[in-house]
Amino acid sequence: MDLGYLSVQLFNGLVNGAFYALLSLGLAIIFGVLGVVNFAHGAVYMLGAFAAYLLLQQVGIGFWPALLLAPLGVALLGVIVERLLLRRVYGLDPLYGFLLTYGLTLFIQDAMRLRFGIQGQPYPTPTELSASVSLGVVGYPVYRLFVIAFSIAMCAAVWFLIERTRLGMVVRAATERGELTRALGIDVDRWVTAVFAFGIALAALAGVLAAPMRNVAPLMGSELIILTFAVVVIGGMGSIVGAVAAGFLIGALASLGAVWSPALENVIVFALMAVVLLVRPAGLFGAREAT
Amino acid sequence: MLEVQGLTARYGQAQALHDVSFSLNEGELVTLVGRNGAGKTTTLRCVMGLHRQMTGVIRLRDRDLGGLAPHERARAGLGYVPDDRGIYATLTVEENLLLPPQIGPTHWPLDRVYRAFPVLKERRRHPGSKLSGGEQQALAIARALRMGARAVLLDEPTEGLAPVLVQQLRDMLLEAKRDGLTMLLVEQNLRFAMAVADRHYLLAGGRIVQTLGNAEIASREHELLRHLGV
Repeated sequence: MDLGYLSVQLFNGLVNGAFYALLSLGLAIIFGVLGVVNFAHGAVYMLGAFAAYLLLQQVGIGFWPALLLAPLGVALLGVIVERLLLRRVYGLDPLYGFLLTYGLTLFIQDAMRLRFGIQGQPYPTPTELSASVSLGVVGYPVYRLFVIAFSIAMCAAVWFLIERTRLGMVVRAATERGELTRALGIDVDRWVTAVFAFGIALAALAGVLAAPMRNVAPLMGSELIILTFAVVVIGGMGSIVGAVAAGFLIGALASLGAVWSPALENVIVFALMAVVLLVRPAGLFGAREAT
Repeated sequence: MLEVQGLTARYGQAQALHDVSFSLNEGELVTLVGRNGAGKTTTLRCVMGLHRQMTGVIRLRDRDLGGLAPHERARAGLGYVPDDRGIYATLTVEENLLLPPQIGPTHWPLDRVYRAFPVLKERRRHPGSKLSGGEQQALAIARALRMGARAVLLDEPTEGLAPVLVQQLRDMLLEAKRDGLTMLLVEQNLRFAMAVADRHYLLAGGRIVQTLGNAEIASREHELLRHLGV
């Protein structure tokens, strides 16, 4: 097997990992503080990509501003959804949050399908990143390397925010013990909206990053989200470091597995999930039992 | 200072507290004694606003706490030390101290906390999970003092502590009391209760059956121990 092909596969794996990491990071933060498994995360990712597409088509705003504007716009939508809908299911059986966010997914996906059809829309690679670099015999698109680097930088920034700021301290405390945190004088509910909007913004950001390399299509998030859930389970529900580490790890492993047989790619993810659930039900980095 | 009147609490159909009334004067340390399941922890949770299925009046410094959320009660001056000490494993010792907001002039600055609890200063960068039981108890009390709580609810702080640590805890509580702190202590350890508290309420089957002074506890120790099942 030649080294060029292997390294292409490894980088492709890391690109997948970059998306898993951003998505599962948002899922983990939302689950930690709200106790809600956000099934709509894949739809939000798709909305992020469409936001970038529409910004370009309708207003002529390009990739770089979209990287900021699309997540902001989607986060605003998240604030409304949290205030109007999600708030009603806190403290209830997790099934309700599950049904609500799954319903939202179907609603959002079909609304986009009605408007844009099932076909994907193209989105140009930003010209600054349209070159490719040589990996031995084969070339590799610079944009994909940018996605890896950008995702790592974002994850590091989020890590800093969570581990080194007062805001992050409150998020960690509320994740570990919500009731006690309230009893110690912290208005956890005030933070909940912000945390949800932030998690949603990360998914939308992943969507913008995906736009130039994947088709911008209404169902683009539906398969990815299933894999992302597997990543979150492997990393450990509610664990922030776990989400990121498992994201990149699984992305790389699955792609390298595909070197033997392309069919192995998804099998590896779910086999790994099954093993982790058997051996360490709380996940590789999880402290509390997944519910 | 802290006044509870006609407190009734339920868990679904089961009634856990029946018409419980008691009060603490400023600077007093009062215990709730009783066997497991008597309703001691439920009483503290009701006062803190963590148990919702309740009726009755709870006042702190003449302010009615009814209808206030737990975080508002904390800001009104209630400190809370749950039965497992409530130390965050994912926060450092110092973050554990700094998490609650400062609520008024009685709060202890961090350097005062560290002078009073040198071991916490030594371990301030360690995660909460790395502390021993005694250190966790010290941290939980220090956290309430740092916050500036006027009245602190402590749920069985001696549970699981070695005798030498129970002594340290006694000194800590007496020190806090000298400082003017009001404390409501849930306790099964009668000797400890006598050593630190002014008065005792005996709780049985969700009712306050007796108010006892230290002399009464001492003279009826055997009978009480039998009742507590220890």
